[in-house]
Amino acid sequence: MIEVLLNYGFMQRAVIAGMLIGIVAPVVGVFLVLRRLSLIADALSHVTLTGIAAGLLWNKWNPAMMINPIASGMAMSMLGAVMIEQVRKAYRFYQELAIPIILATGIGLGVVLISLADGFNSDLIGYLFGSVVAVSSSDVWLIAVVTVIVLLAMAVMYREMFYLAFDEEGASLAGIPNRLLNLVFALLVAAVIAVGMRVVGVLLISSMITLPVAASLQVAKSFKQTFLYAMGFAQAAILSGIMLAYYLDWATGGTIVLAAVIILLFTIVYRRVFR
Amino acid sequence: MDKNHIHQHRNHTHQQDSRNYSNYEEDYKEPIIELKNVSFSYGNRSVLHDINLVVNKGDFLGVVGPNGSGKSSLLKIILGILKPQTGTVKIANTLITSFKQWHRIGYISQKSNSFNSGFPATVSEVIALGLISKRGLFRRLNKDDQQQVLDTIRLVDLEEYRHQLIGQLSGGQQQRVFIAKALVANPDIMIFDEPTVGVDANSMESFYQLLEDLHIKHNKTIILVSHDIGAISTRVNRIACLNRELHFHGDNTEFIEHQDEILMRAYKHSIQVVEHAH
Repeated sequence: MIEVLLNYGFMQRAVIAGMLIGIVAPVVGVFLVLRRLSLIADALSHVTLTGIAAGLLWNKWNPAMMINPIASGMAMSMLGAVMIEQVRKAYRFYQELAIPIILATGIGLGVVLISLADGFNSDLIGYLFGSVVAVSSSDVWLIAVVTVIVLLAMAVMYREMFYLAFDEEGASLAGIPNRLLNLVFALLVAAVIAVGMRVVGVLLISSMITLPVAASLQVAKSFKQTFLYAMGFAQAAILSGIMLAYYLDWATGGTIVLAAVIILLFTIVYRRVFR
Repeated sequence: MDKNHIHQHRNHTHQQDSRNYSNYEEDYKEPIIELKNVSFSYGNRSVLHDINLVVNKGDFLGVVGPNGSGKSSLLKIILGILKPQTGTVKIANTLITSFKQWHRIGYISQKSNSFNSGFPATVSEVIALGLISKRGLFRRLNKDDQQQVLDTIRLVDLEEYRHQLIGQLSGGQQQRVFIAKALVANPDIMIFDEPTVGVDANSMESFYQLLEDLHIKHNKTIILVSHDIGAISTRVNRIACLNRELHFHGDNTEFIEHQDEILMRAYKHSIQVVEHAH
């Protein structure tokens, strides 16, 4: 592994991109899971696919002005996040309805755009299932920038988000601007999904957001520990997944997610046995 | 000394009977919450009608009344969550519409008993949330804040549990966590909405003991909403009996004396007050 890392640029980029995702995905994941909104990650990942399809289509029609499809994916994902918040207001008592509504819109539009952009070519397959080996250095930079922004924002909003997740009514009474924070948070999630997709793919990024948190909830003994364990489990899943995938010649995204599932199973068993 | 003397004097001229309640040290009465001609309705349904109520500094007020009598709405008006259609509300001599010092009011909602017990937070982490309204948004906690959290944990007698997950505590202990979360910002006024629902008898006793300490040793003004008239009428020093209108507002001694009559008026039919053996 070390040798491969030292010798191949693609492997270095894959590991750096993976580790960055392994930090930010669980950070937003903790709040999504605790607010019972983990499905938002799924909806936004499908909306991101729409944006990517739009980017690929743009590149086909405008070969002179190519854009990075991740950027268009991120823009669409953020738009989706704002839309979800808007639709949530329309269904006060069934707020989760916003998620399937946006998900359906995203997939419908995505499929149409894909058919216009010549159907499923290898590029698109890479976005669907992730292709760590194809991570470019501009992708790594984009992921790094998003990581820094998300970590800074979450450091500033940490207590307020904690309060909102714990007791939304009490948080509003304490003067926490709940609408604004929800919106900012949804935008951060959208950004994480768009960049994370490069590593594990649209279909699996939501699992990187939720599985390490699910495992962490089994063992954590405080709110702080929930973050630390989730990040630790995510790093373990990503590094072991990339390594296994390389040696066994498996699909990287799938291997990473399977590693996360195995870690989750271990934590569930651990808790059953030791408590 | 002089000041005390003057207060004593005022007290004698104004309120001869104030000596009746022994634990009432604040002789000079300073209004801290004032409701004038407050009415509130949800659509066509009138919930509160022409309420005039003054809560003085140092009062331990019990608000009683049947289900749906407007008790919770009254609290929500005081907390600024609901806006009355008519009338004015003042807190610490400031109209509620321009009142900004919300950290001076600690609120322990009914919901406190039904939070998600799987939430991964420790006792200290939850209590520290109570400092947000005082510190302001997006601030980190400093050493003083940490100390404040620890002091409050000691006050509610939970020191040995402070690093435990809140879901692992008993109902009575969880209630203390929520009281501490409200208390940590050092409010002048503490408002409890049906706090003893779902709490066992033993915890209830220590809960009332804690309220007494907060009232007497820590000089908190307390408003306690409860349907359990028997349990609270002997612990509070003022009672407000509500059922859309305010049917009684006065000292608990007076309330106990005329209890049947007042409750008949408020409840429109006779009810049996459960006597609690202590």
